[in-house]
Amino acid sequence: MNSRERFIKAINHIETDRPPIDLGATAVTGISAYALHQLRQKLGIQKPVKIDEPFQILGKVEEEDRQALGVDIMGIFDRNTFFGNRNNGRYQPWNFRGIDMLIGEEFRYTTDEAGHTYAYPQGNLNTAPSGKLPAGGFYFDGLLRSEPVDEDNLTPVEDFREQFCVMNEDDLLYIQKQADDIFHNTEYGSILAWSGAALGDVALLPGTGLLNPTGVRDIEEWYMFHLLHPEYITELFDYHTEIAIENLKLLKEAVGDKIQAIVVSGTDFGTQIDTIISTELFREIYKPRYKKVNDWIHQNTSWKTFFHSCGAVRKIIPDFIEMGVDILNPVQCSATGMDAKELKKEFGKDIVFWGGGINTQKTLPFGTPEEVYAEAKERVEIFSKGGGYVFNAIHNIQANSTPENVLAFFRAAQNRD
Amino acid sequence: MEILQEISTLLQQGRAPKVKELVAQALETGIEPKTILEEGLLSGMNVVGEKFKNNQVFIPEVLIAARAMNMGVEVLKPHLTSGEIEHKGTAVIGTVKGDLHDIGKNLVKLMLEGKGLTVIDLGVDVAPEAFVEKAIEHHADIICCSALLTTTMSEMKNVVEKATEAGIRDQVKIMIGGAPVTQSFCESIGADYYTSDAASCSDVALKICSGTI
Repeated sequence: MNSRERFIKAINHIETDRPPIDLGATAVTGISAYALHQLRQKLGIQKPVKIDEPFQILGKVEEEDRQALGVDIMGIFDRNTFFGNRNNGRYQPWNFRGIDMLIGEEFRYTTDEAGHTYAYPQGNLNTAPSGKLPAGGFYFDGLLRSEPVDEDNLTPVEDFREQFCVMNEDDLLYIQKQADDIFHNTEYGSILAWSGAALGDVALLPGTGLLNPTGVRDIEEWYMFHLLHPEYITELFDYHTEIAIENLKLLKEAVGDKIQAIVVSGTDFGTQIDTIISTELFREIYKPRYKKVNDWIHQNTSWKTFFHSCGAVRKIIPDFIEMGVDILNPVQCSATGMDAKELKKEFGKDIVFWGGGINTQKTLPFGTPEEVYAEAKERVEIFSKGGGYVFNAIHNIQANSTPENVLAFFRAAQNRD
Repeated sequence: MEILQEISTLLQQGRAPKVKELVAQALETGIEPKTILEEGLLSGMNVVGEKFKNNQVFIPEVLIAARAMNMGVEVLKPHLTSGEIEHKGTAVIGTVKGDLHDIGKNLVKLMLEGKGLTVIDLGVDVAPEAFVEKAIEHHADIICCSALLTTTMSEMKNVVEKATEAGIRDQVKIMIGGAPVTQSFCESIGADYYTSDAASCSDVALKICSGTI
C-alpha cells in the first residue's frame, strides 16, 4: 500500500496497516522552523530550514524529512504568505535565534533596538508593519492598523473586499503545478491548504497581508459585533461565502481530482474549556454558510472537507457533521469534553479525526520521550480503529519540543518497531 | 431600588447606551454614586461573571457587558470621591515576555474590575522585572500573569523569582493563567494560584484581597 492509497482509505473510514502520517501538509499540522532545525540536526539532515509560512515561522517539511518520519501526505499551498509577499521559490538568508535559515526572497522586515522584529505587508517597507515578533519570541502576531469604524455607517463588504477576492491566474497556476507534481511524480496523498472559507478567523482579522486594512480588525470588537451589529458579520459572511465558492470553481478547474482533501476553514470555535461563542450564535451565523460551501464541494468534487478548530468544541461537533465537515482537526483532546475514546465512539463513524496524536501544550514540549510515545501510541490505538484517522499532533509542533520527543511521537505511528 | 436592578439587568444584556442613561438618571434622583456602582453596575457584572463560569454566557456576552459597565463607570467617575469607594485591592496584570496575546488577559482584567478591584494593566510582552516594579509602585496585592504559548509560559517562573529577589513574596500573591497553564505547572514554579477561567480568577482575587484565603 502506498502513501496515497493509505491516505484515501483512511479518510474514507477504511482501516489501514497504520494511520497515514502528516507533518507540514497544512499550516496547522506543521512544525516550528526552530524545532525542525533541531530535528534535522538529530537526523543528520544537513540542510537549512526554509520558511514558507513566516507568520507562525513554520519550517517547510521537505522530502528528506518526509522519508525520515514516514510522512504520507503533502500540502499544496497558496503563493501568498500571511504577510502578502509571494513565495516565488527563491529565498534569502534569515537568522532566527542564532540559526541560519532561509525565508522567502520577498519577505521584508526590520529589527528595533529592543530586538523586536517587524514584518511588512506585501514586502513594502514604506508602510506600517503588520506583524511583530517580540524579542525572544517564536511567532509573529498581527498588529492593529485600521482606523475605528463608524458604527452608524457600517460597510462590511467594502471593508474586506481587498482581503477576500477571486484568485488570479498566476495564483491558480502556482497551485496547479504543485498538484500536478505531487499527483504525477510522487505517491503521496495531498491536501489543498486553502482555508478560503475561514469565516471570521481571528488570525486573518488583522489583515497582515494588506497595505491598508479597513473595518473591524480588533478581535474583541469583532466578537462584540456578533451581538451588537450581527448584520455586519452576516453581510460579510455572505460575501465571503460567495467569493469562496467562486474560488472553489476555479480550484476545481485547476486541480480536479488530483487532490483528496481541502482545508475549508481554520476558524477557532473553542477555548480550553468551552466554545468561544454560544451554540445558538454558531448555528445562526456560521453553520448555514459553512454548509453552503461544503455542499458545493460535495456536489462538485471528490474532495473531503477539512475543518480546523482548536479547543473544547464537542458540543458543536454534531453541527459540524450536519454542515458537511468530513475531517476535524486538531482534535484537542486536552480540552474539556474532548476525551479521545469518547470522541471516537460518539463521532468516529461520521467524521475523520486528523490530529489528536499528542498534547503540544504539555507532553510534547515538557514530557519525556517515553511519556510522548505512550500518549501517542494510545491515541493511535483509539483513533485508528476502523480507519478515519490521520496521525498528527494537536496543532503545530512547538519550538521547544526536543528532537527526541518529536521522534518518539512519530515512532508511535510508524509501525517500525 | 428598581432603577439599580434595571441598570444591572441592562448591563447583563450589554446595552451600554441605556446603562449610561440610567446611571445619569439614578444620579439625578439622588442615589449615592457608591450605591449605583455596587448595586447596579458591579452587581450586574457579577451575574455575568457567574454565568460565564457556568458556561451560560460566552465571550461576546462578557465583552459587551464589560463595555456597558465601563460606560456606566465613566458617568459615575466625576461623582465618586476617592474616599467614598471602599478600596478592595489592587492587581497588576500583564501577558508575559515574548507573548503578545491579550484576549484572555483582558477578560481577566474586566472581571477583576467587575469585582471592584483596581487593575494596573501592563499590556503584553511584559518583562518579569516590570511586573515586580509595578507591583511595588502600586502596593499591589496580586500579580496576574497570562500566557498563551508553551514557549512563553516559562517566563512566569521568572516573575516568581524576581518577586522573591525583591523581597515582596509576603505581600504579593502571584496568580497565573492562560491556555497551556495548569495547576501542576503553577505548583512547580511556586506561583500561588492557577485558575482556568477569568471569572474564577476574579473570585480568587477578591478572596485574596479580602484576606479570606
